[in-house]
This record gives sequence, C-alpha cells and structure tokens, in this order.
Amino acid sequence: MLRAKHDLMPETAPTLRSHLAVAGHAMRPLPAGALYWEDERTLLVADLHLEKGAAFAALGMLLPPYDTRATLDRLTRVIDAVQPLRVVALGDSFHRSECAARLPAEDRDTLLALQRGREWFWICGNHDPHLPASIGGTVCATLTICGLTLRHEPSPAASAREIAGHLHPVARIARRGTLIRRRCFATDGNRLVMPAFGAYAGGLNLRDEAFALLFHRHRLEAWMMGRANVYPVIGSLLLPD
Amino acid sequence: MSASESLFAEAPRALPEPFASWFKARGWQPHAHQLALLAQAGAGRDTLLIAPTGGGKTLAGFLPSLTDLARRPARPAPETAIHTLYVSPLKALTVDIARNLATPVAEMDLPIKLETRTGDTPPSRRARQRLLPPHILLTTPEQIALMLSHRSAADLFGALNFVILDELHALASSKRGDLLALDLARLRTLSPGLTAIGLSATVARPYELAAYLMPHRGKAATRLAEIVVAGEGARADISILRSDAALPWAGHSARYALTEIYAAIEAHRMSLVFVNTRSQAEMLFNGLWRHNDANLPIALHHGSLDVAQRRKVEAAMVQGKLRAVVCTSTLDLGIDWGDVDLVINVGAPKGASRLAQRIGRANHRLDEPSKALLVPANRFEVIECQAALEAAAEGAQDTPPLRPGALDVLAQHVLGTACAGPFDEDRLYREVTSAAPYQGLLREGFDQVVQFVATGGYALANYERYAKLKRTPEGQYRLAHPRIAQQYRLNVGTIVEAPMLRVRLARGRGGALKPSHMLAAGRVLGEVEEYFIEQLMPGDTFIFAGEVLRFEGLRETDAIVTRTHATEPKIPAYEGGKFPLSTYLAERVRGLIADGQHWRRLPDQVSDWLRLQAEFSVVPGPQEILVETFPRGARHYLVCYPFEGRLAHQSLGMLLTRQLERARAAPLGFVANEYALAVWGLNDIGAMVRDGRLDLAQLFDEDMLGDDLDAWLAESSLMKRSFRVCAIISGLIERRHPGQEKTGRQMTASSDLIYDVLRQHEPGHILLKAAFADAATGLIDVYRLGDFLRRIKGRIRHIGLGRVSPLAVPVMLEIGRESVSGEASEILLRETVEELVAEALGEHAARQT
Repeated sequence: MLRAKHDLMPETAPTLRSHLAVAGHAMRPLPAGALYWEDERTLLVADLHLEKGAAFAALGMLLPPYDTRATLDRLTRVIDAVQPLRVVALGDSFHRSECAARLPAEDRDTLLALQRGREWFWICGNHDPHLPASIGGTVCATLTICGLTLRHEPSPAASAREIAGHLHPVARIARRGTLIRRRCFATDGNRLVMPAFGAYAGGLNLRDEAFALLFHRHRLEAWMMGRANVYPVIGSLLLPD
Repeated sequence: MSASESLFAEAPRALPEPFASWFKARGWQPHAHQLALLAQAGAGRDTLLIAPTGGGKTLAGFLPSLTDLARRPARPAPETAIHTLYVSPLKALTVDIARNLATPVAEMDLPIKLETRTGDTPPSRRARQRLLPPHILLTTPEQIALMLSHRSAADLFGALNFVILDELHALASSKRGDLLALDLARLRTLSPGLTAIGLSATVARPYELAAYLMPHRGKAATRLAEIVVAGEGARADISILRSDAALPWAGHSARYALTEIYAAIEAHRMSLVFVNTRSQAEMLFNGLWRHNDANLPIALHHGSLDVAQRRKVEAAMVQGKLRAVVCTSTLDLGIDWGDVDLVINVGAPKGASRLAQRIGRANHRLDEPSKALLVPANRFEVIECQAALEAAAEGAQDTPPLRPGALDVLAQHVLGTACAGPFDEDRLYREVTSAAPYQGLLREGFDQVVQFVATGGYALANYERYAKLKRTPEGQYRLAHPRIAQQYRLNVGTIVEAPMLRVRLARGRGGALKPSHMLAAGRVLGEVEEYFIEQLMPGDTFIFAGEVLRFEGLRETDAIVTRTHATEPKIPAYEGGKFPLSTYLAERVRGLIADGQHWRRLPDQVSDWLRLQAEFSVVPGPQEILVETFPRGARHYLVCYPFEGRLAHQSLGMLLTRQLERARAAPLGFVANEYALAVWGLNDIGAMVRDGRLDLAQLFDEDMLGDDLDAWLAESSLMKRSFRVCAIISGLIERRHPGQEKTGRQMTASSDLIYDVLRQHEPGHILLKAAFADAATGLIDVYRLGDFLRRIKGRIRHIGLGRVSPLAVPVMLEIGRESVSGEASEILLRETVEELVAEALGEHAARQT
C-alpha cells in the first residue's frame, strides 16, 4: 500500500543506510568526512591540505591561519570517537611539502599525539611528494589492505578495487528550488573516491569529466555529508555545477 | 513653503552675467532655490539642496562652480588640477549630465573643459586625465577612490573647489556612500577649502544628509550643512487601479489587471510601468504584448538586459518613439527620460519615499501634477497601496536612517590610502572620523581595521612576514610591495554582484536534431543570476528578454538558449519583492486593517475579505500580534501576522522553528511573505498552547535573538553571503574578473570555508563583525525583528481555529511556490533519500498487487 509522503518525513524515520560497500567490504562513512573500515579498525582520510592558509598568505591573501588547527581538531574528534588501530591519510596531507617541515610546534605535537598507540600511514600525493620524518608515521606511495588498494590519485583502470582521494568530490542536488552542494563519498561499489577533509579544501563536482571514467554510471552513488548523517543519493539525481 | 521662503530671503535677486542673459534668452526664470544655492555655496558654505525631480536640481548644483569658473581670468592651459568634481551613482547619469551641461557652456562660450570618467573610459584617457585634468570631471565614487590611490592625487585634487554629490539620498545609506564619505574626507585633507554640494530628492531625515556633507571632529558635535529646500511642486494625482476581475489571493504577476493596464497605456502619450523585480518585468512585458492588438511600441528595460539593448530602449524613449516601458528600479534614478505622462506602479510600492520618487518620473515639470496609477497584485497589496497613497497625500517620507559606516569599506580605504603613499595612523584616524558615517568609530576599531589590512588582524600572529603594510622608520605605514597597489586597483569598489551568466541565443535549433554542445553560439541577450540557471535542466523553459526561452545547456559562462513557441514558461522566475515593506508603511497597513471604519476606503472584495476574517477569527489590532493555529491535512499550522517584511519573517521563521523543535512540536517547515509567516509541524501546536505545554509569550520572546540566533547564524547561508561580500570589499579574497577561470561558485565555496574556520576560531574577528552588521540590517533584518519582538511583548493574541482563516490564505498559498530557505537543507537531503525509498516501496507494492 502506498503511504503519503509526509509519513516518511519525521526525523526519526529509520530509512538511512549507515554502511556502504567497497569491493565487498563494509565501511561506514562518517559525517566529518572520514571513512571507517570497522573490520580492519582502520580510519581513512584524504586531502587534509594542512597549512593551505599559510601557503595563500605567502601569495598575498591573508586567510585566517586556523585551517590546520580546524582540520586537526576534527580529525581528533573522529579518532576519539572510533578509536581506530590504524589511520591512513590518502595523500595531499600537506598543501605543500615544505609546509610539513615548517608545521607550527603546537600542531605537530597534536599530530604526534594522535599517532600514539596506533599505526599511521602517509600516502604521498601530488601536493606533498616528499614528507619529513618530523611528522611521524610511515610514508608510502600506496597501501593494500585485504586486496583493496589505497592510493592518492585514482588509477585509470576501469572498475579498479581501490579507495582514492585527490579529486575532492562534491555532489549537487536541487530540491524544492533549493540547491544543496556538499562534499561526498563517491562510489560505484568497486571504487571509492573520498571527500577532501581539509578545512580550506575546495571541491570538484562529481559530474565533472574527471570522474566520468572512474565509475560504473548506473551504480554511482554520492554519499553526501550532512550535519549528523551521511546521505546516499543516487547518481541520476546529481546536477553539474 | 514658509521655511524655504525664509531661506530665499537672503538669496540674490538675479544671476550674474553671462548667466542672466543666457537664462533670459531662453525665456527662463531662475528658480528661487537655484539662486539660494548659488548664494550659499558660492560663499563657500557646504550646502544640501532638496528638490523634487524636475526642479532644475542638477543645473542648480553646477551654478556655483560655473559662475566661479566664468569669473576667473582665463589662465594659460594646461591646468594641472581639477576645479569641480561631480559624483553620481550611475555611469549613465554622468554621461547624461555632461551632455546637458555642454549646451550652456558652449552657448555662453565659457572657457570650461568638462569630461566624464567611468569604468568605461579607456585607460589611455584615464591616464591623460590624471596628468591634464579637465576643469569639471563627472565621475562615480569608485573612480574617485581609484584616483585617490595614486601618488598624483595630491596634485590632482590640491586645488579642488567644489564637489557635487548628485542623488545623495540614493548613495548615502549604502556601502558606496561610506566609500564616498571617506573619499570626501580625503579630498578635504588634500584641499581644505573645498565646498561640498549635495543634491537630493525629498527624504524623511534631511539632517542626516546635511551632516553627511560636513567634516566632523569625532563624535563630539555633529555639524550640519546649509539646507535649501525647493518648493514642493504640484501634488501628485495618484489612484489605485480598480478592476472588475477577481483579486488574486497571492502572487505578484498582476495578470488579472492586464486589460486595464493596457487601456491606461493606450490612453496616455508615454507610460513608465514600474515593477519590483526583473522577472516581474519579464512576465508583465510578455503579458502586455499578448494584449497588444494595436501594436503599440512597448519596450522592456531592466538591469540584466544586454547594455546595447538597454541603450536602444533609452534612445527610443528620449526620441518619444515609445508608448510604454516596463522597467525595474534601473530607471528609478534621476535620468531625464523625455515625455512621460503616466507612471504605473505594479505590485506594492514598499515605501512611501520610493513611490514618491517613482511618481516624480512623470511630468518632469514642477508646476504640473504627476499622474500615477497603482496596480496591486494581490489582496494584501491593495491595502499596502491604499496606505502608500494616503502617505503620499500627506507628503510623508520614509527613507531608511543612515547606519554606521561599514568596516570592510574602511579596510579597502585604508589600503587605498597606503597605495598613494605612507600614512600616519593618528592623522588617518582623525580624517576617517571626520566622515559622518565613521564619526562614532572608536580608535580601537580603527586600529583593528588597520591591523586587518596589514597582517589579517588575527589573534594568532603568524603572518608578520607576509604583511601588506609595513612600518617605516618614522613610524608610518607603507605598502610592503608595489604589487599590492595593483591588486587594490583591480578590487576597488563596493559593488559585489551575484555571479552572473550570459544568456546566449543559439543559432539553429537544439533538441532532437542537435545536442546543445553542437549549437553555434549566437547573440547575447543579457545576463542572469547564476543561481537561477543552476536550477534549470536542459529543456526547461523560462522567460527572459521578453520571450520564452528553452535552456539547452551551459557552455563555460554562457547559458545557451533557443527560442520556443511555448507561451507559458515551465520555471516561474519569481524571486520575491526585492525591497522589504518599510517600517513606516507597515505601521500604516496595520492601522488600516485594525479599524473597520477604514475598510470602506478599500475595494469591496478586500473589505469583504477582512469582514469575513473578523467573523471567522479576529482582525489583528494595530499594536498586537495575531497568532492563529489550525490543522490542515495531516499537519498543524501556526500563522502569525507581523507585517515586517519577508526578510524579517524568514529570520523569525528560522528562530521559531528551532524553539518549536525544542518544545517537541516537530516542526517541518515554514514559509514567509511580506505580511505573514506560517510554520507547520506534526504535533498540534494549538493544543500545546491551550494545555500550557507551549507558552506563546516565551515563544515570541526577545531571548530568541541570543543563543538561538547565534546558533542559526553559524550555519546560515545568508551570513555566508554577507561574509563573502565583506571578504571581497575588504580585500581578503580577490574579486573575479572577466576572463579569469575561477567561477563565482568556487569563490563562494572558498569564502564559505573561510567563514566556517574563522567563526570557529576567532568569532570576534573584525570581518565577522562587519558581516553581521550587514546581515542584521539586510538579509536577516534582525534589528527590525528585535523592534517587532519588543513591540508585541504582552500583546500576543492566540486564536485556535478548526481550519485556515481568510487572512491566512495568501501565505498558505505560498507553500510549495516559495522555495524553503537554504537552512532547511538537512531536511531536504533526508527527504530526497526517503522519497526514493518511498518510490521503491511503492513500486514494490504495485508489483505485488
């Protein structure tokens, strides 16, 4: 029997899925923009772009210098909440390689404190090809866990089983005349591209050409980040910028 | 008239030669106010002239300058300094005035060179003007800021005699007005003897404008310029259109009255048809042409049309080739548009002064009455029109009061000052606070702005090495690098437009024959806000430049469209009245509704409607707020009638929803119009009030402007819009320029991210203060909301009803038509997901049966 739509509208409606699957592995996208792989107790984040504010200031745009702190605060909250045994940062963790060495002491201490009691991997990205030892963790080009490859840039191979960052996907939908544009997890069940985690990291629309060859078109889902939830939206609803 | 007569008493009886002969040759008598202004300003006193349109205001403004120049012994060219600056808010106006002024200068053979300088002036001429300036330069506030940022400013303006500020009422209470006030203060430093002349239409508070013209010494004492008031001219002949057709309950199209509007146009030589928004203009223009059996030349004019098209319409108007022009406020200001004998105002006038200025467009002569016809688009607007008409009959004015100068504008000015050369902080502080809008600025606030310009002004001081301003050994501030002056010049000005896309007609036809990206690009029809195009899907039809167009797709910054045969667009483009109902007019509207004695002044349909309301519920008293609750469908509604304008209502809706949420009324959404607000939810709000679970006094308490407001603003897209504007004006982020790859949206996104971070880590930052000050008076109208909440304290009247009341119908009709405000996006995201689930369940159910 069909029910009127407003019956489904109460905030408590138990219709939201909490997990997605990448190559058969269940993962939980978190509204902060991180992905938690519960079976492996592994937390994935991408594109932190730490020290982007400072990089802009050098060019004459004196943006508020709090982006690194904001990003690390959010990361701290996520880690406190899920207590992972392993954290993997999927590249472009620093806006520029040089910034990593010049990281203010306070922020570096925060970062090192986060690493205590867990494994920490830095995958290199195009913004941070060289990372200094001062920031702790293990630096690597890619990482494979349970047959699933974690990397910065998505590989050109069709239907690769991988999780990548680099592209900063955002999804746009229109709803009752209102446009909603949010960072999102983009996945077709095989590949997943992570949203950017950094406070000043911009976004690229999921309908952009750069995504066209990465996903099986009919299976694409955008998990859009909300305040307290992540909302799965099917690809056909997405609008270009 | 008596006040002005006493002023004229000390005026000279005649003009000096050769002006007297020139006036005489044309059969003109100088107006008394022209002579009075000449006497005051000619003697070096800063003067404000208040005159209705058609009073020879502009010529009066130039007389002191022209007579002074004519008196001077001819000096060997070239001059190196400007004698008179004329500033107007519109580029078109400077060109228009230059043309009008050229005639007397040529006919009297005065040795005066006059030139214009606007954004359209080629760079080569601008550079030449800095070296070889004309006697009289006609320009805009932005150009003055630009000229002041050069080292040559001291020479250029060192011997400035007069500054004429035209349409001062339109400039003063805006960020452009702030910039202009700072520039005027700067000009006074460079040329201490200059005389300022302000020209204004009739305003509610002339003393504010008189103070604006003067230099002040801090907060201590406000000085006023001399005020010359011209005679009022003949009373306007205003009527409200009475139509036999049924009056609409809601909406803004006035389609019901098309026949009558067309008949009025036919009966007059030349009509100006004013509407409040661009899309209303489009709708009406289209509608009129469908009625245009006599094929009358009716044209369209609004700010989004291509400049070439606008110029064509303007030229045709001046030549008297048109019978009517449907236009928006782009024609509000004082350009002389020829022989208009009727002004038709469609929709509510929103303010008494606005109406007076629009009516001033008709009959550009003081001694004949202007004729105007008001066309309300719905029932509430009938009442508003009646109130405006009565206000006009009394000559009442309600221009908004001036507000303190914006800090983002000051930041831009500080950087501009540094571009011209090193500055001393103390001296600059004195100069800035001599400008009326910044009179009350404390030293602390000024220092914060200077720090912001220098290093960003963050509590976490780690940008010292990237500073834009550096200290000289003498303790002055200087520019850290010449590159910063270039950046400043690209970003000067206070006008930050919503990102626009060009609407380009495709050559050939799209659709089944050719995909949109194959269409050849054709003519540009104009520009439209990006957010409007964003919501279109290829194939959607909308109305623009007077025709129904089909959206084919986006190509770079062009929206490619084709023509269609459709008569009705699929996407209605209404974006609401841009001007909120003025507080003054709102009060009159409440008064008109409250007392049944007044209703006979209204058309029967409207008075019957109010009578029905009185029987069914109650009619709200002038000082109280009526709150009605009733069920409808599976939802429960709360409707209240503050009459405070859409923006204040939307803010109220946001804040009420938050509280209702806490009170467990399960609110689902709200919608606001100019007069009322409706909130709905799952639980019976009326029953909650009755059994004491919800206290209305508490619900409408001023407290909501504390933490709730704060929490809402943290995420409000309105605050983010304000912040973006402040970030651009203050120079924190750069303006977008044609040809740059960066689209407006990317800039929005990044300024949004900056906003989030700054708010979280330094909520007291000066730029956030500036953004809040803007939003509080503008987009979220919090001050007005605060006044409202204080006014209705203890005067809340709740009526529980079984169904919707007559008065509630208009706002209820907005549901679904109005988009819900952006903050509700969380609910919408959830809805999107759940609707899909529902569809899936539905399909499943359908398969099973």
